[in-house]
Amino acid sequence: MDITEVPVSNDNKGKKNEYKKPKNKSVTKERNAVEPKLEPKLEPKLEASETAFPPTFSVSEIKNKQRRHHMFMKFKQEKSKLKLQVKKKKKKEREALGDKAPPKEVPKTIENQRVYDETTVDPEDEEIAFDEGTDEFSAYFNGLTNPKVLITTSDRPRGRTVRFCEQLATVVPNAHVYYRRGLALKKIIPQCVARNFTYLMVINEDRKMPNGLVLCHLPDGPTAHFKISSVRLRKEMKRRGKDPTEHSPEVILNNFTTRLGHSIGRLFAALFPQDPQFVGRQVATFHNQRDFIFFRFHRYIFKNEKKVGIQELGPRFTLKLRSLQKGTFDSKFGEYEWVLKRHEMDACRRKFQI
Amino acid sequence: MQCDDVIWDIIGNKQFCSFKVKTKSQSFCRNEYNITGLCNRSSCPLSNSQYATIREEKGQCFLYMKVIERAAFPARMWEKVKLSRNYEKALEQIDESLIYWPRFLRHKCKQRFTKITQYLIRMRKLVLKRQRKLVPLSRKVERREKRKEEKALIAAQLDNAIEKELLERLKQGTYGDIYNFPVHAFDKALEQQDEESEEEEEGEDEEEEDDEGVGKSEFVAEEELEESDLSDFEEMNKLKTSSDEEEQDDEEESSGEEEEEEEEEEEEDEMKVETKTKATSKSKGKSPANGSTARKKRAYVEIEYETEPAPKSRAT
Repeated sequence: MDITEVPVSNDNKGKKNEYKKPKNKSVTKERNAVEPKLEPKLEPKLEASETAFPPTFSVSEIKNKQRRHHMFMKFKQEKSKLKLQVKKKKKKEREALGDKAPPKEVPKTIENQRVYDETTVDPEDEEIAFDEGTDEFSAYFNGLTNPKVLITTSDRPRGRTVRFCEQLATVVPNAHVYYRRGLALKKIIPQCVARNFTYLMVINEDRKMPNGLVLCHLPDGPTAHFKISSVRLRKEMKRRGKDPTEHSPEVILNNFTTRLGHSIGRLFAALFPQDPQFVGRQVATFHNQRDFIFFRFHRYIFKNEKKVGIQELGPRFTLKLRSLQKGTFDSKFGEYEWVLKRHEMDACRRKFQI
Repeated sequence: MQCDDVIWDIIGNKQFCSFKVKTKSQSFCRNEYNITGLCNRSSCPLSNSQYATIREEKGQCFLYMKVIERAAFPARMWEKVKLSRNYEKALEQIDESLIYWPRFLRHKCKQRFTKITQYLIRMRKLVLKRQRKLVPLSRKVERREKRKEEKALIAAQLDNAIEKELLERLKQGTYGDIYNFPVHAFDKALEQQDEESEEEEEGEDEEEEDDEGVGKSEFVAEEELEESDLSDFEEMNKLKTSSDEEEQDDEEESSGEEEEEEEEEEEEDEMKVETKTKATSKSKGKSPANGSTARKKRAYVEIEYETEPAPKSRAT
C-alpha cells in the first residue's frame, strides 16, 4: 500500500479502530489459547491507533485477514469518495467558466505517447520520392509489370495451411498455389523468374498452424519474413458474405509511416494489380497498429455519401515483421536491411518501428 | 583371477549391473564397449575376457580389442586399431586383426562396422540437403506479444478506419462516376461552408453560388416538374442558397434516372429533407423564413411530401 495517505482517512481509521476495540477484545479472549502470539501484536496496534497514527501505518500490517480486508475496503471507499468530490468540483468550475474553461484533457494513449521515430516519412520528401522512383518496385509502380504470385508452403502442409493458401489465392488476383514437395527455395526462385512470376509467398507451418510468411519480390527484390498470428479462415468468420469474386480488389494501407513501413507498404501494394476494378467493390486492407499489420478483406457498399457498409469476406490474419532482406531469399548470406531484435526493440513500450 | 562365468552369474541375472536397462521384453546394455547393445552372456564386455568392438569417433571407425593377458591393466586393456576409410579394406583389416577369434565376435564386429558406415553416409547426405532450423520460442515473450496484439487490435478500430478511408476516397472522387453520391458530398460540404459564412456575412456568397446554381439548373428537365414549378425554382434561386437547389436538382435527376431502387430514392428524399431542415436549423439569422417558404413550395412540387415525418426524427 502507498504511504501517501490523505489525512482525512487517518481519522477515520482511528475512529474505526476505536469502534472495533470491544470486538477485538472479545475475539482475543476467545482466541487466547489458540493464538497467544497474536495478542502482543494486537495490543500495541490498538494502543497506537487509540492515540495517534504513526505515519508508517499501512493496512497491510494488520495480520488478521478479515479485519485487514475490512480496513482496506474502507480505505478504498474513502478514496473513491474523494475522487468523486474532486471531479464534481472540477465540473462545477468548468461550468462556471463556461467558454473560458481550459480545453478538455486528451487521454494519453500509446499512439499519443509514441516516441518520435526519426525515420518517419514526410510526404514531400524528395529523397524518398527519388528512392522510390528507382527501387525494385518502380517497374510495378510505373505500370510495366503485372503482379503474378506463387503461393506455396513448407514441407508437408496440414489441412489448415492448405486451405489458408487456397483462400489467399482467391484474395490475391493472379495467384497460383503449388505444393512444395521438398524443393529448395533457392532452386525454385530462378524457375519462377523464368516464368515471369513477380512474387513468391511461402507460408511456413508449425504444429498444423500457419505461423510464418516469407514474401519475396522476384526479380531480385526484397524479401520480408513475417510472423503470422490469429489466422481465421473463411468458414470461421461470423456474418461473412459470399466468396470473393475475380475482380481485382482495392488496397488500403494504413499507418505505414516510417521509412521501413513505407517499404513494407510498397511490398504489399505491389501484390495487387495497379488498377482495381471498382465494380467488384472489394477492398483488401493492411492496417498497421503498433507494429502489428492486420489484414482484412471486405466487400463494401455505399449506402449514401455518409455511410458505407462493409462485410467481411475472406481470411484474416495479423503479421509481425521479423526481418527484411535486400536480395531474394537467402537466409545465410543475405544482406539484411532490418532484423527484429527483441531485447532492444521490446525494451521501450512507446517505440515502434513500422 | 578373472572368471567370466562367475561374473556373469552375478551381474547377468541375479544381482545388479549398472549398465543394464530392463524393458518388458528385453534387456539392453549401456556399456559403450558393447558390440550388440543387448545384455547377453556373449555380448557382455565385463563377463568376456576376450572381446572386440567397433566404435566411431568424429567419422573415423576404430576396432577395439580386449584380451585376457591385459585384464590386470585397466589402463591398457583396450587395443585401438584405426580402420581404413575404404569399406572393403576395413573389413579385411577386421578379419586380419580378429583372425582365430570366435566367429561370433568377428561377425558382429563386421555387422556393426557396416551399420556405422551407413549412418555416417546418411549424415553426410543430410547435411547437403535443406536443414530445418529450429528456433526456440520464449513462452514469456510469446505471451506478451499475444497480449500486445490484442491491445493493438482494439486500438486499431479496423472497421471504423476502413469505413473512413472508403468515404475519403469517395469524397476525393477516386471512384469516378460510378456512384451518384459524389456530387451530394461536394454540395453538402459547400452548403455547410455557406451556412457558416452566411452567419457572418450576408448575400455575397449566395450570389456567387447563385451563378453556379444557374449553371446547374439547366440540367433539370424532369417530367414531374411543370412550368409553374420551374418558376418556383427560379424564385427559390433568389431566396435560398443555390447549393440546396443544386442538391434538389441533382437529387431529382438521380431519382429520375434511378428508379430501380425505391430505397435510394427514399434515402435521397430523406436526405433532401434532412438537408433542408439542416439548412433551416443552421442558418440562424438569415433565412428561416425563406427556408420555410421553400419547404412549403417544395412540398407541393414533389411527391416526397409523405416522407417528411421520418427524417425529422433523424435530423434531431
